[in-house]
Amino acid sequence: MGTPLISLGGIRKSFKVAKRSAGFRQAAKALFVREHTIVEALQDISFSIGEGEIVGYIGPNGAGKSTTIKVMSGILVPDSGSCSIMGYTPWKDREAYVQHIGVVFGQRSQLWWDVPVIDSFELLKDIYRIPEMIYKDNLAMLVETLALNEIIHTPVRQLSLGQRMRCEIAASLLHDPKILFLDEPTIGLDAVSKVAVRQFIKTINKEKGVTVILTTHDMSDIEALSNRILMIGKGTLLYDGSLSALRNRFGTHRTITIDYREHLDPVDIPDTSRLSWSAERAVYSFDNEHISIASVISRLSEQLELLDVAIDTKPVDELILQLYKEHLI
Amino acid sequence: MNAYISVSKLRFITGLQYRAAALAGMATQLFFGLIFIMVYVAFYSHSSTTPPISLEDLVSYIWLQQIFLGFIALWFRDHDIFQLITSGNIAYELCRPCDIYKFWYAKLLATRVSSVVLRCLPIILIVFVLPEPYRLGMPPSVITLLLFVVTLLLGLLVIVSISMVIYISVFWTMSPTGSILMIAVAGEFLAGMIIPVPLMPLWLQKIVYVLPFRWTVDFPFRVYSGDIPSAEALWGIFVQLLWLGVLIGLGRWLLRRALQQVVVQGG
Repeated sequence: MGTPLISLGGIRKSFKVAKRSAGFRQAAKALFVREHTIVEALQDISFSIGEGEIVGYIGPNGAGKSTTIKVMSGILVPDSGSCSIMGYTPWKDREAYVQHIGVVFGQRSQLWWDVPVIDSFELLKDIYRIPEMIYKDNLAMLVETLALNEIIHTPVRQLSLGQRMRCEIAASLLHDPKILFLDEPTIGLDAVSKVAVRQFIKTINKEKGVTVILTTHDMSDIEALSNRILMIGKGTLLYDGSLSALRNRFGTHRTITIDYREHLDPVDIPDTSRLSWSAERAVYSFDNEHISIASVISRLSEQLELLDVAIDTKPVDELILQLYKEHLI
Repeated sequence: MNAYISVSKLRFITGLQYRAAALAGMATQLFFGLIFIMVYVAFYSHSSTTPPISLEDLVSYIWLQQIFLGFIALWFRDHDIFQLITSGNIAYELCRPCDIYKFWYAKLLATRVSSVVLRCLPIILIVFVLPEPYRLGMPPSVITLLLFVVTLLLGLLVIVSISMVIYISVFWTMSPTGSILMIAVAGEFLAGMIIPVPLMPLWLQKIVYVLPFRWTVDFPFRVYSGDIPSAEALWGIFVQLLWLGVLIGLGRWLLRRALQQVVVQGG
């Protein structure tokens, strides 16, 4: 892997937040005395990321995900710590550094609201000083893979969220960035757009070798995209490793969903717990280490006329919840 | 194309879209121009002393003020920039390989230019053919006209630099209303937008002359009518340049400080 593309060491960042309790008296008091609390958004964050990786950055709301992204993209200056990305310190060499990165903030827009998308793209071309040839090639590639053909001449205010998000992603890739930061790129998107966005992220990672760092709350994003996850909670890094390692750690849990010919009385199997029961369908969960899948099925079929059986490993969402619980966040 | 020119171009194009606003603006500006002149005509006809500025010069002062309102009005705000700061969209501005000061300066400049370009021609055509004493007179010479153009444009740059300072203050205040209102009300008065500077009492004129505001309104308009002679105008251009340097320096310094401690609003 050589030297890492991105390395963060001991990054800290705190914010001062004005605080007051509800009510008129408190509001009046706040006219004279402001109370502030210091929120430690990031406490000693260190990690490194190699070239060509897709890294999922996860954590509950307010954990510091976006703050980390903003530090890495040169927007926020941390209180202390070091950060070296492609040899730059983002907040010191901001103007030179940002030429090499693309950023998408899912909750914000970089496109000009009142003018057609293409006008915003042309502006970006000048801002990043993209040579005409490269701009044309990239634009053609992005228009094709993100299916922008029909919307590129429409004013942004008339686009749906999914259409706009595709344009946002295109906008952040016009200048051939080496690193792409995606802060909740799939927020609010429907299933079709989500899949399209994921597919696209995979493609540019494979074909152009773009390193991708994405934050999300949608675990299926992570499942579809990243071979590595970083989990942050309350400003500290809690987990750094692959999704499959995480699975193996908690992964002996299975759920089994069965359909059967009508059977009114619930059936219990030892070493499993029954999650739901209806006359025709039931769900059980069990630990693969204590009871094998085969014996669960055979015991069920002794008592029920099975029509269909589906076995699931624990959904990633639940794994993550368990991880949160372990760290009390 | 240069990024700063490109952003002004886009801003300019966006500005040209607002046709209804331009029409309404033209009507308002003609209306206010006429009312103001009527008031001054009434004052002047009953004045027993010689007024410090001739009625003709005053009329051109008022018309120029209405025609170039977009250049000189301090309250003329660019909501985009406020929203960028208060909503946190500034995050995007900050990850562009651009100098934010220049970038915003270009935007503000283009907004003002597009507003004036869209409105000035029809108003100019009308006010040149109005009956006396409402008609806008021509400048006394070509030199004066040239000096006027230079001082007006420099005044435009000065006013954008002042607005930049106001916009940057939003980083600390988080609400544009306060800083805009305070500076705009005081600034417009001190610029001679409400009462032309020559009609102010002497003690007030002394204050006005040491502040930057009058160089954006009072100065270029009086150069136009010849109320300020050419030699004095040249000296004034020097002062305008001086103010421009000071204000841009201040704005850049403030912005640098603001960005060091920027908090991107809204997560």
